[in-house]
Amino acid sequence: MGRHSQSIVEKESSPGPDDGGGHLLEVDDLYVEFRTGEGVAKVINGVSYHLDAGETLAVLGESGSGKSVTAQAIMGILDSPPGFVTGGRILYQGKDLLKVGEAERRAVRGREISIIFQDALSALNPVFTVGWQISEALRKREGLSKKDALERAVELMELVNIPAARERLKSYPHQFSGGMRQRVMIAMALAQQPNVVIADEPTTALDVTVQAQIMDLLGELRREMNTAMILITHDLGVVADVADRIAVMYAGRIIEHADVHALYRSPAHPYTLGLLNSIPRLDDKGKTLRTIPGLPPNLTKIPSGCPFHPRCRFVRDVCRSEVPPSLDLGGRQSACHFARELLAGELEPTRKEPEL
Amino acid sequence: MTTQTGATAVARPGLGEPILTVNGMVKYFPITRGILFRSKIGDVKAVDGVDFVLHKGETLGVVGESGCGKSTLAKLLMRLETATAGTAIYDGRDIVAAKGGELRRLRRQVQMVMQDPYTSLNPRMTVGDIIAEPLVIHGVGGNDKARESRVRELLDVVGLNPEHINRYPHQFSGGQRQRVGIARALALNPEIIICDEPVSALDVSIQAQVINLLEKLQAELGLSYIFIAHDLSVVRHICDRVAVMYLGRIVELGTEDEIYSRATHPYTQALLSAVPVPDPDAREHRQIIRLSGDVPSPANPPSGCRFRTRCWKATDLCAQETPALIEREADPHLSACHYAERAEHIIG
Repeated sequence: MGRHSQSIVEKESSPGPDDGGGHLLEVDDLYVEFRTGEGVAKVINGVSYHLDAGETLAVLGESGSGKSVTAQAIMGILDSPPGFVTGGRILYQGKDLLKVGEAERRAVRGREISIIFQDALSALNPVFTVGWQISEALRKREGLSKKDALERAVELMELVNIPAARERLKSYPHQFSGGMRQRVMIAMALAQQPNVVIADEPTTALDVTVQAQIMDLLGELRREMNTAMILITHDLGVVADVADRIAVMYAGRIIEHADVHALYRSPAHPYTLGLLNSIPRLDDKGKTLRTIPGLPPNLTKIPSGCPFHPRCRFVRDVCRSEVPPSLDLGGRQSACHFARELLAGELEPTRKEPEL
Repeated sequence: MTTQTGATAVARPGLGEPILTVNGMVKYFPITRGILFRSKIGDVKAVDGVDFVLHKGETLGVVGESGCGKSTLAKLLMRLETATAGTAIYDGRDIVAAKGGELRRLRRQVQMVMQDPYTSLNPRMTVGDIIAEPLVIHGVGGNDKARESRVRELLDVVGLNPEHINRYPHQFSGGQRQRVGIARALALNPEIIICDEPVSALDVSIQAQVINLLEKLQAELGLSYIFIAHDLSVVRHICDRVAVMYLGRIVELGTEDEIYSRATHPYTQALLSAVPVPDPDAREHRQIIRLSGDVPSPANPPSGCRFRTRCWKATDLCAQETPALIEREADPHLSACHYAERAEHIIG
């Protein structure tokens, strides 16, 4: 931590361009589409990111940007139909998970890569006890006896700071508070000591004080077990607190990828800039919020050229016709034709501030 | 009038005339047991002695964690629930005690914007009918033609295309639906709008659009808002004064600056410190006050100060004596803590 980017010309070592190997997990040019009655929704359009041991990558985006679908593709839990992976690779320790059989995929799921879902109440089964659910993977996958698995479940519940863990083994999910249920989810995700944990909006449904507890816990466990984490969220505050790197998604693409400090200091994509300007901040009572006009695109009809162009203040002709490539800006990438000019503060808006 | 907190709502000088005065508001929901022979075995004390004054043209924020009673308070002020005790005086009349025609007239003046724009609009009605419904119910707005032109005007005011009057809610996005909800709340020209988490279901980029709209409407129409939210950054942005609730009571009440820069109640301080700040450079020197545990059950709240079970300052006094919501020495705004004092550098 503590690396700052004073200048964009200065080259930084990480996050470097993908070299194709050596990463713990790598998503390479992934395409996913949903074939629905209303047409084909192109949900993921060439997403690439990588994750190294022990680091935290935040995937930021609004609803429908494809951030959760990418996670589901990595986990191999995409609902299919309607979802289909139509291209790309997902490399875990060099092995393409999209090419292996279901048995091998299963061996990875939970043991190597696990996921914490957003809504713990619907992710947990209401008719089984919490202890049974936490110990399930240990019985089925690790071959532990019922007694040993429950014993281990108690340890896991203690690890995630659930008070009176032994007494609560026989409790049902509805008897837990929201924060405690999320702890149960975390305990389940960590049961087989995975190398990668995907946290899909782990605190969105929680109050701020509980959110702080859960984020603390995740950070602590990550450090202790040296787990790498993909944090999927829409909350720019949470990201700033915990992430090393950020990938910003829009319309199924990663439009900006940078070190967390660099991105907040000087966003290199108009969408990221717009997002940062549109959030009210606790440490700053502003006047009118600067909004991003319009709506995220319909994924069955993604605009031509840059998908953000209909909402962009800096739009030029080229943006309407040509899909911007991911420009390498010295340790960070931005999919904007004018990323360099934007970073240098030389890009003039072509549109006025939006009306209400 | 005796109130649980001991403080009686008084208008604050310099903030305009009071438009709504709430005193000793209490709502208990009974807990019953048995099917044939129902017996009451306790109460969920959702709102337990709330006093405040809403001034004309101001925005009063109500913040707190889930279960603190902020939404119940909104329902009480709308008379969607009837208070167990207390008064809410609007224009010399008590909303809690009002009946029949009087209640209906009062309701015209107090309208509500709901949290979830997906479930608060009837999917089988066009947005034109949805917005016109308050006019029909209250028998105002003239004939059908006059109503339609009023609806078109309202659509325009909230930034929607008046030509879309015959569309159904599913044809709109979340942000647009929330605008329909706002138009419906404006239909009767109310003086007070209660916004119950109006932007929490929306995406970040859409949130800002709706917040700006609410601010614009307030400036143009002189509305008073009660703005209920759990997002403290949004509340700071839009509110003039803020009430912090914990387990059915207001624990601190002051201007936006008094709450966010000079909070004296430990709960407010903990709440503020837990809000993630969108600045990665701040994380090294941010001090987060970690509250342990969850909010206790409102069916069986702790004695004395309700926050004492999670408070690092709690002493025997806190268990025995309920701290009143009064001005404390540490800072001249209302704070319900025996040991009220300011903390440095809570934010950023």
